[in-house]
Amino acid sequence: MTEKFEVHEHDVLVIGAGGAGLRAAIEALNCGATVGVVCKSLLGKAHTVMAEGGVAASMGNVDPADSWKTHFCDTMRGGKFLNNWRMAQLHALESPERVRELEQWGALFDRTDAGEIMQRAFGGHTFKRLCHVGDRTGLEIIRTLQDRGVHLGFDVYMECTVTRLLKDGDKIAGAFAYWREQGRFVVFKAKAIVIATGGIGKAWKVTSNSWEYTGDGLAVACEAGAELMDMEFVQFHPTGMVWPPGVQGILVTEAVRGEGGILRNRLGERFMEKYDPKRMELSTRDVVARSIYTEVKEGRGTEHGGAYLDISHKPAEYVKRKLPGMFHQFKELADVDITKGPMEVGPTLHYTMGGIRVEAETGAATVPGLFAAGEAAAGMHGANRLGGNSLSDLLVFGKRAGAAAAGHAKNAGALKVEQAHIDDAEREMLAPFERTGEGPYEIHRELQDTLQKLVGIFRNEDDLKEALEKIATLKTRAAKVHVDGSRLFNPGWHLARDLQSMLTAAEAVTRCALARKESRGAHSRIDFPNYDAEWGQKNNIIVKENGEMKLRERPVPQMPEDLKQLFADDK
Amino acid sequence: MAEVVMAVNRGDASGGKTVEYKVPLSPGMVVLDALHYIQGHLSPDFAVRWNCKAGRCGSCSAEVNGKPRLTCKTRMDSLPQDKPITVLPLKAFPVIKDLVTDVSWNYEVNRKIPAFSARPGTNWKMYQKDVDRPQEFRKCIECFLCQNVCHVLRDHGKHAEYGGPRYFVRVAGLEMHPLDGLSRIKGVRNQMGIGLCNITKCCSEVCPEEIHITDNAIIPLKERVVDQFYDPLVWIARKIKGSESGS
Repeated sequence: MTEKFEVHEHDVLVIGAGGAGLRAAIEALNCGATVGVVCKSLLGKAHTVMAEGGVAASMGNVDPADSWKTHFCDTMRGGKFLNNWRMAQLHALESPERVRELEQWGALFDRTDAGEIMQRAFGGHTFKRLCHVGDRTGLEIIRTLQDRGVHLGFDVYMECTVTRLLKDGDKIAGAFAYWREQGRFVVFKAKAIVIATGGIGKAWKVTSNSWEYTGDGLAVACEAGAELMDMEFVQFHPTGMVWPPGVQGILVTEAVRGEGGILRNRLGERFMEKYDPKRMELSTRDVVARSIYTEVKEGRGTEHGGAYLDISHKPAEYVKRKLPGMFHQFKELADVDITKGPMEVGPTLHYTMGGIRVEAETGAATVPGLFAAGEAAAGMHGANRLGGNSLSDLLVFGKRAGAAAAGHAKNAGALKVEQAHIDDAEREMLAPFERTGEGPYEIHRELQDTLQKLVGIFRNEDDLKEALEKIATLKTRAAKVHVDGSRLFNPGWHLARDLQSMLTAAEAVTRCALARKESRGAHSRIDFPNYDAEWGQKNNIIVKENGEMKLRERPVPQMPEDLKQLFADDK
Repeated sequence: MAEVVMAVNRGDASGGKTVEYKVPLSPGMVVLDALHYIQGHLSPDFAVRWNCKAGRCGSCSAEVNGKPRLTCKTRMDSLPQDKPITVLPLKAFPVIKDLVTDVSWNYEVNRKIPAFSARPGTNWKMYQKDVDRPQEFRKCIECFLCQNVCHVLRDHGKHAEYGGPRYFVRVAGLEMHPLDGLSRIKGVRNQMGIGLCNITKCCSEVCPEEIHITDNAIIPLKERVVDQFYDPLVWIARKIKGSESGS
């Protein structure tokens, strides 16, 4: 079979080379599996590199009173109790060890005076908990993992995009992909696959996400029969750049607030006093994003429609040392010296709490042989993610998914990939060259405008219904999209494929958002502004049946009594 | 709306030519925005490599008006707009298409550098003053602009016998890690050819992370090579012990 194509065979194939993918790959190697890592960009450029503020782990280096239990409680409260409690527990228990392990692989975190890893405050965390390297923590983590993996010996397929998962019966057996460079096709045979493709931000107009973030992993998994969960919960980071237009959406790290940054409106009011007087600027992201949005909407926004974020009361040298990236970013892109004056900031789409539904311990999806970790997996963060919990999430669950995938591969028998499936995947990819009609860019712009306008921070039934109709039209247009040029490094062709994934993700988000008739965490319904006890017990599930997206519900897993006791004092 | 002419490379490994596109300007626009405009409105198969658009991933390197830059951090209003703005691919690497080059050689160099290896019995205590130096090197975003301007690679094409500034920075980060127990100095001299660098500092000038590549990484490594291979006392000691120093 498949003589037509380049074929590679591995026990475990990891799709995505951010923190979750790399950590999974390292663990699978440790377990004795042969491992291939497919990444859409060059190695080391994945979105983890953009993580700035830090990795949350209750090491207690700065605040000795911290413990896994406090971290667990913070995470559950931040996620408005929609989280999978077991994931939140494992995460809180294991993240300190995962951070120490990075240090043993050569990572150099900032230090305390006692020579321990330095930790800083962040929104929603009771204690100073974020281990960091200035404001480039993600870079440190991805380099450390990348070098570790390369030296342990995984095979990396750079600038290679998976368009379909291949199955033998109901079991995962491989993946179909193309090389960006030459546009050639490649078939991967694998006994287990870990999806670590991150989120879906590129479907929105104002986002901190890069071009890769088109939800490919979610789309191919859904297509292969996996369930998606909690898709209505997308996180708007409260602080993105708002001016000039060219830089709109670029992330301004929460570490600015963690280091003492203050938010004010046009009138000079420290408006967080109104919305969360207890936690102020270090409230959770859902609350701060809504607060800024409300201030702007009610006419108290800055010149360019944002809020002021000010750190200039701190010594200039301190700001430059702790936030060097922010200092340069504003100086070079916005002509603002943040040691002297405030930044203008506003919400930007940043993270997807929803994703592939997985088993807490193993990251196993509902399709045998399929696993997911990091942002692509759902459950850990519930209705809202705390800053810093993403880098720890991808370490903890990357490792677990890698081990489980290797274990699965060991016991999997011989698998067969059917030629017909490969031929079909090839046909799908080549079709846009053979059609005439419109290109993908305009459809993408319209999708971004649609979600930005109708599926934003505040939602209502009419908007969401309108969005669904619009998405349906865009799907019809995207199915007929035409691509110019050759297969050689052709961004138009790549976008034509990515568009399919974005539309799948957009439809899933909108359907779930329409169904959830309450406001919780990152999902705010103007027409249902309060919590609803019944909805608090349900996760929304998306499955594809006969090509159609279906919505289901699942009960939120119940915490055991001993963990419930931790919240006994909550209202 | 004001317009500017972008003169960009179009072509592949077999050759290319500069093609001009008119692009509307907006406040705060960067060169990468202009390239995306071409892609999104004028020529959908125009190849550009990029990721974060925030100066953090180092993907969008190109030569803008002859200067190696990250296109996401190069403001259009910093360039003269009365004549075409040229954007060409990195010269030190083979062109794949348009502005995209084959940088895979860099990853091969990296693979040969021995990884961090902790000294036995370490207690994992490190102080900020001890990590300040290697942390500077770990700021590198692998944009390869330093590799692109290094004359050893750019003009003399000595890729086979040379590591280039990026990887001297990487080695320096490992060598100066307070808890690392290996020496990579022999490799720096023999496989990575650090002797070919004659300290023109071109690499330091283009580094978007402002790493003092020459002063803080390359010169100290050169000194360690000298100490290890050319210090007469060490040479005598080696003769007596009958072993070759370094690893």
